[in-house]
Amino acid sequence: MHAEMLVRMVNQIAEFYGTGSAPDIAANETLSHLKRMWAPRMCKQIVEIGSDDPGLSPISRVAVGLLAAAQAQKRVAG
Amino acid sequence: MYAIDHHDYGTPPSDSQVRVTVEIDGTPLEVPEGTSVMRAAALAGTSIPKLCATDSLKAFGSCRLCLVEIEGRRGYPASCTTLVADGMKIRTQSDKLAQLRRGVVELYVSEHPLDCAGCPADGHCELQDMAKLHGVTENVFAKDGRCSERITHESKARVQALMTDNSNPYFSFDPALCIACSRCVRACDETQGTLALTISGRGLASQVSASAAELFIDSECVSCGACVEACPTAALSEKSIAALARPAEKSVTTTCAYCGVGCSLKAEVIDGQVSRMVPNRDGHANNGHACVKGRFAYGYATHPDRIKAPMIRAKITDPWREVSWDEAIQHSANEFRRIQAKYGRDAVGGITSSRCTNEEVYLVQKLIRAAFGNNNVDTCARVCHSPTGFGLKQTLGESAGTQTFMSVMKSDVAIVMGANPTDGHPVFASHLKRALRAGAQLIVIDPREIALVRTPHIEAAYHLQLRPGTNVAIISALAHVIVTEGLVKEEYVSQRCEKEAFDKWRSWVADPRHSPEATEEVTGVPAATVRGAARLYAAAKNGSIYYGLGVTEHSQGSTTVLGIANLAMATGNLGREGVGVNPLRGQNNVQGSCDMGSFPHEFPGYRHVSDDSTRHLFEGAWGVELSDEPGLRIPNMFEAALDGSFKGMYIQGEDLAQSDPNTLHVVAALSALECVVVQDIFMCETAKFAHVLLPGSSFLEKDGTFTNAERRISPVRKVMEPIAGLADWEITQRLSNALGYPMNYQHPSEIMDEIARLTPTFHGVTYEKLEQQGSIQWPCNAEAPEGTPTMHIGSFVRGKGKFFVTEYVATPERVNGRFPLLLTTGRVLSQYNVGAQTRRTQNNVWHSEDTVEIHPHDAEVRGIAHGDWIGIVSRAGETVLRADVTDRVQPGVIYTTFHFPESGANVITTDNSDWATNCPEYKVTAVQVVKVSKPLDWQLRFRENRESRLPSRREVARETL
Repeated sequence: MHAEMLVRMVNQIAEFYGTGSAPDIAANETLSHLKRMWAPRMCKQIVEIGSDDPGLSPISRVAVGLLAAAQAQKRVAG
Repeated sequence: MYAIDHHDYGTPPSDSQVRVTVEIDGTPLEVPEGTSVMRAAALAGTSIPKLCATDSLKAFGSCRLCLVEIEGRRGYPASCTTLVADGMKIRTQSDKLAQLRRGVVELYVSEHPLDCAGCPADGHCELQDMAKLHGVTENVFAKDGRCSERITHESKARVQALMTDNSNPYFSFDPALCIACSRCVRACDETQGTLALTISGRGLASQVSASAAELFIDSECVSCGACVEACPTAALSEKSIAALARPAEKSVTTTCAYCGVGCSLKAEVIDGQVSRMVPNRDGHANNGHACVKGRFAYGYATHPDRIKAPMIRAKITDPWREVSWDEAIQHSANEFRRIQAKYGRDAVGGITSSRCTNEEVYLVQKLIRAAFGNNNVDTCARVCHSPTGFGLKQTLGESAGTQTFMSVMKSDVAIVMGANPTDGHPVFASHLKRALRAGAQLIVIDPREIALVRTPHIEAAYHLQLRPGTNVAIISALAHVIVTEGLVKEEYVSQRCEKEAFDKWRSWVADPRHSPEATEEVTGVPAATVRGAARLYAAAKNGSIYYGLGVTEHSQGSTTVLGIANLAMATGNLGREGVGVNPLRGQNNVQGSCDMGSFPHEFPGYRHVSDDSTRHLFEGAWGVELSDEPGLRIPNMFEAALDGSFKGMYIQGEDLAQSDPNTLHVVAALSALECVVVQDIFMCETAKFAHVLLPGSSFLEKDGTFTNAERRISPVRKVMEPIAGLADWEITQRLSNALGYPMNYQHPSEIMDEIARLTPTFHGVTYEKLEQQGSIQWPCNAEAPEGTPTMHIGSFVRGKGKFFVTEYVATPERVNGRFPLLLTTGRVLSQYNVGAQTRRTQNNVWHSEDTVEIHPHDAEVRGIAHGDWIGIVSRAGETVLRADVTDRVQPGVIYTTFHFPESGANVITTDNSDWATNCPEYKVTAVQVVKVSKPLDWQLRFRENRESRLPSRREVARETL
């Protein structure tokens, strides 16, 4: 998928969960949404894009970082 | 003429719980208080003669044929307008009554032709029945000279003056056969709510008149057919019956395959072909009503364009080659297995159809999960109501509407938001209009002035004519008024909702930036109007919300659904009749396709694929290991196709190439696939990119069930054999077997048994119960053995209701100097969805091409006149449509439909989508329009090569003249 589109999608999700919530809670809600709603290849791609992508919002960066950690943990466990 | 198997009780039932005892011809009988004498007699097995009465209409008392004698009362009261009283003794038969009735029948017969043979109603004519019953075989006035000269003279003059009106494609009106009983007029008033008919003239010159004595086709008539069904003679009769000239052999009760209302219909059949459709008066969703699509537009099922044999081709540029079912199925299976071997297990996926039955949808998702071995399954709800599933699940705990359609009759205030029920869900609109005429009030939230805003008979209390894309802002403004003006139902909220989430929401929405005054600049709706609407809804004893795609098809579609649920919870409007949150779902089985596990992250019953216990349940039943991670959604599949990681699709009855946004993008994705298997009844737009075409079956050709927007599971029954030989569930089963994953169902009831075993909300559903009850609203299980008409009574499915903060975020699709107008899209009454069905019926008489509505101001500054071709350019593409200059749209907004592929409405819609579900933002596209001289070349080619469509109204008018 287009990296730009994936970044935009994560930002939209983070923007929703970020309203009126502490950043760490919003990041975790965003992470939960990605894990529940996105196909693994999309999750993998956004992790490859990286949490330091300048297009990502601050909450998105944290969420993508958490997603990368979760995937690494799963690889280790699996 | 009502259904051939209908037993008429004369007047509607009373819903009183009080019982009274009466005596009918010496036999005691207990009936509800408020029952008419006529109905009580019918319940006792005695049919009192009648002509102006039928049990779908209020008693009228005009024909004077239903006279009875009542002990202790003088005279001969009409039994239809006389209500029972406790202890009443009624006599339905006596010499005097017979004499009086015969006199009445003689008068009617004197005004009616006696050549019954050849009449379309012969054998089912109520006047004919009455004449036989009373021994009237001729015009006695003509015979013995009593008043004969005047009557026969006037009769002849009248008949000669009247010509049969054949202008409507589906029914004719022969005034010579009319007995002026007013049943048609009352059906148009009471059942349909259009009030297009009247009785004009006086005495012997009385006659039915459409609008101001116009032809039916030119009148306000919406061709629902209620008048035709109500007519006791053949004055109003279906042309299909006249053409066949003999009575139907049988009647099969089934369910309409058009919109999400899911009307129960009786298909009357001659020689295995449908002779007409009659709405089922016992139908729980439609109460004996239907619209021009459901009642009349079934001819597509036998249209010459139907695909009758499987076909394959190596490349999409090759010609099609007809093959046997075995070859087509095996070729498809081989291709999918080849692709998986080469590109990986996840390189294939499929789409379930919201037009197919629950059982068929269930099999396709099962095939994808079990035989393909991934969760790459999606359905058309992705592009319509996926935000509903998400939003209502989050807030209330279940991905479905909360009420029955008839619940609106108990609403004091109804909000209709982003929906156009008179066109999209006409039978629900008739229920709503009935409630409004009975005193309910209406709030319309829509950028466009839909028909419900103002008619000669009803008017919305408020029309919040917002700018497209500002739904969330308007919902927050309504909520702000409710919270800051002390209109929250505090006790309800404290008992039934999560406190922390509510407090957070209350505090957030009370901020002045959400006030109507602050949001007015964004929404364009005057603050006073918003405040008035909020107060009206919040103060209502019962307030209901009905919404459509104007809510969901936005980049904040899910946010708006969450906001709607917030409003309903805050005002205590959930959990009883007359209230609720009610998505008006688009296609006949879109609710069912979602229920059946068509989303890539959910098994049947909306259970996440990562849930171990659910997954193990399905693994045990299906005998395979299942993936625990979500699959690709439709737009993700397209993206993956373009990046080369997705190569094969099995598409069951879904025209992605026409219905999905940004057509050029969709076409590129479909063209990139190595194997597209399309299962459809027509050579649809998507089939042009297919390598295998498997001919599907229409709803008339199979057994199964559909689930409507009320969660109502209704039976679909086979009326004729599948034209291409197989029902869709049989095709999927064969494909699964060819893929090496065995399926061996003998009948769809076995599939439903499996669904019921594996899905808690369906545990109590069986075909036997459907037969007994007629329909079932899920959840149906041990806790609710007969189903659940109203959800969330006492508590929400998720326990406590959860409020969500719903911040308004402007769509990225902004107007600017280059694209200064906003395009939004919708439907018309006569066409349905992508038009594949209705374009192949005579409904084209009303709408033979998509047009674009533009406000007179916007038209004038561009030099555009009504009927001009105008080019519409967006960031995604361009198309050309004819201009319809009208103030139904506001300045700055244009509107079109997408019923014809050559319109290219989706060529210009963008790939913006809802943040939570990827539902496309069809409702907001920034565009510019300019006057042009002709359509684009591809559109002209399309028009030339269009399927063999039927003529337009203009063409019909020319033929008639």
